[in-house]
Amino acid sequence: MERPIRVLVAKPGLDGHDRGAKVIARALRDAGMEVIYTGLRQTPEQIVEAAIQEDVDVVALSILSGAHNTLFPKITKLLKERGAEDILVIGGGVIPEEDIPFLKEHGIAEIFTPGTPTSAVIEYIKANVKRLAKK
Amino acid sequence: MYDEKKLEEIKMKREDWEKNHREKAIAKFPERKEEFKTSSEIEIKPIYTPEDVKGIDYLEKLGFPGEYPYTRGVQPTMYRGRFWTMRQYAGYGTAEESNKRFKYLLEQGQTGLSVAFDLPTQIGYDSDHPMAEGEVGKVGVAIDSLYDMEILFDGIPLDKVSTSMTINAPAAILLAMYIAVAEKQGVSPDKLNGTIQNDILKEYVARGTYIFPTGPSMRLITNIFEYCSKYVPKWNTISISGYHMREAGATAVQEVAFTLANAIAYVDAAIKAGLDVDEFAPRISFFFSAHNDLFEEVAKFRAARRMWAKIMKERFGAKDPRSMMMRFHTQTAGSTLTAQQPDNNIIRVTIQALAAVLGGTQSLHTNSRDEALALPTEDSVRIALRTQQIIAYESGVCDTPDPLAGSYYVEYLTDEIEKRAFEYIKKIDELGGAVKAIDLGYMQREIQESAYRYQMEIESGKRIIVGLNKFQMEEEPPKNLLKVDPQVEIVQREKIKKVKEMRDNARVEKALKALKKAAEGDDNLMPWILDAVREYATLGEITDVLRSVFGEYQQQIIF
Repeated sequence: MERPIRVLVAKPGLDGHDRGAKVIARALRDAGMEVIYTGLRQTPEQIVEAAIQEDVDVVALSILSGAHNTLFPKITKLLKERGAEDILVIGGGVIPEEDIPFLKEHGIAEIFTPGTPTSAVIEYIKANVKRLAKK
Repeated sequence: MYDEKKLEEIKMKREDWEKNHREKAIAKFPERKEEFKTSSEIEIKPIYTPEDVKGIDYLEKLGFPGEYPYTRGVQPTMYRGRFWTMRQYAGYGTAEESNKRFKYLLEQGQTGLSVAFDLPTQIGYDSDHPMAEGEVGKVGVAIDSLYDMEILFDGIPLDKVSTSMTINAPAAILLAMYIAVAEKQGVSPDKLNGTIQNDILKEYVARGTYIFPTGPSMRLITNIFEYCSKYVPKWNTISISGYHMREAGATAVQEVAFTLANAIAYVDAAIKAGLDVDEFAPRISFFFSAHNDLFEEVAKFRAARRMWAKIMKERFGAKDPRSMMMRFHTQTAGSTLTAQQPDNNIIRVTIQALAAVLGGTQSLHTNSRDEALALPTEDSVRIALRTQQIIAYESGVCDTPDPLAGSYYVEYLTDEIEKRAFEYIKKIDELGGAVKAIDLGYMQREIQESAYRYQMEIESGKRIIVGLNKFQMEEEPPKNLLKVDPQVEIVQREKIKKVKEMRDNARVEKALKALKKAAEGDDNLMPWILDAVREYATLGEITDVLRSVFGEYQQQIIF
């Protein structure tokens, strides 16, 4: 039997708005995934460390403060340095449309903006998770 | 309010109506939904009649505006006297930019200021701290030292405006900076009007900008209560906030219940610290959300006022009527705004603002249409302010206090919210009070349940959000969003360098040492913080001293 998809839901930066992160975490868990939630105020280093320690297939980042252009690319860069670029990285929060191409260029596979149903995130992960297919 | 005979007749007629009219109508055209419920899961009956308010003793439960139990409002004339304070939360980038926005808002007829600080400031990091990377000036203005605060209020006479500051964990430091700026303007502290949020408990529950563990945090708060009662008597020393818990997903009932449970914890702590209840309680203020469910929201505000009056009088033995008056600020609910068809948000905000006004708020922030997308632009902020002005000057709802009183439905809901919120408070008391309940993750769990249920209702189509899960359309990505200049971080770093060169570092050192010693003992910390601020010690330096003595809060991870 296939093992469940493992997801790290993480909040980089300083904002404390974790309603979305927690709703997503729970929806992914209800969809049969194994979910770890980091809690607030995680540095890129802490997130990458947790992703590797927990051997996750997906990192789901949530940010609402506007610091995404600084912090998201830092996380993908660190993952690459640790040889973990096959982890699927997605992001969500209050992220302006015009920032999305920049984030995608920097290795964020998809950005989910306010109003996205949790089902869309679940389907996206199932269709795009790379690690599981490789193992 | 009705005699028995009349009520009996009403009951008979209602039953007859149900059988002969309503049921027949339903047989032909079923109702839109199987069950009708408010956001707090209060079931809504097919009709409300005098039967639903028969238990209400008017004088005991409603009374008159400005009189106990304040159900109908805290002032005798309410908006016939003067409108609420129109107070738009603002601030971004540098102190210079925010100062410009403040002056713009005052020119547009806003009557009070409300300062948004960036996250590093709210968590006690200077702009040059590694944790501040990417966050400087983003969700509010960056304040690193008294120098920034002087720029922020440049040309704004502090004895003429009232200023609300959304600051919690480092509230004592920012208040000290405000007092120091006033001193430089020649304004004595007893002339200052305004509010600091200073409500740490809801930060642990929902908003997340905590620094210290619960114990030292409660001490800082009671220190502020005590200091202000002596030296800054017109200052609102705390704004106990349901807003952020509501934004995190709480229902209307949970919002009232958890806010009042937290309020009880603050009053308990202050009394335990030796303060007399009537010395500090008149300066306690509140902050609530205004959501879409218009009647439930109006009922919520009315119930909250009545409950607070009762709690202060009966539980704490307050004698001063001002201790029993719940004065509150309201903000419309950011979480109800959609990124889709953002102009629709103007209508949502209008309904929510109307609820706040019908509920008797003392001040109001109306959200801007573009807040689900980015920081609001000047145009959007102006429309939001105009929304308040139209309600005030054109709608006529301000011409009599508490105009919905006596509505069978609204009175029923007011009673029901009060009943259910008191049940929660009882439960929290049984757990050992709000601080304990938060440490156990009780409030957090209850709120998350509600948040998840709400999301699932939207996804199943049980709850319709116009433009989101119904009436969608193809849209162009929005343009003209406000962007914070990334240079802010660099500008702030340079300012810190400049301040550190310009100030007398030996005196800073001395003030910080003295603060540390005071923190290790039981002194009121306010005078020591004020000394350090006057010497241009930075926010980060002062917070670090306190961190070294108090430690840091460890978050409960629950989902």
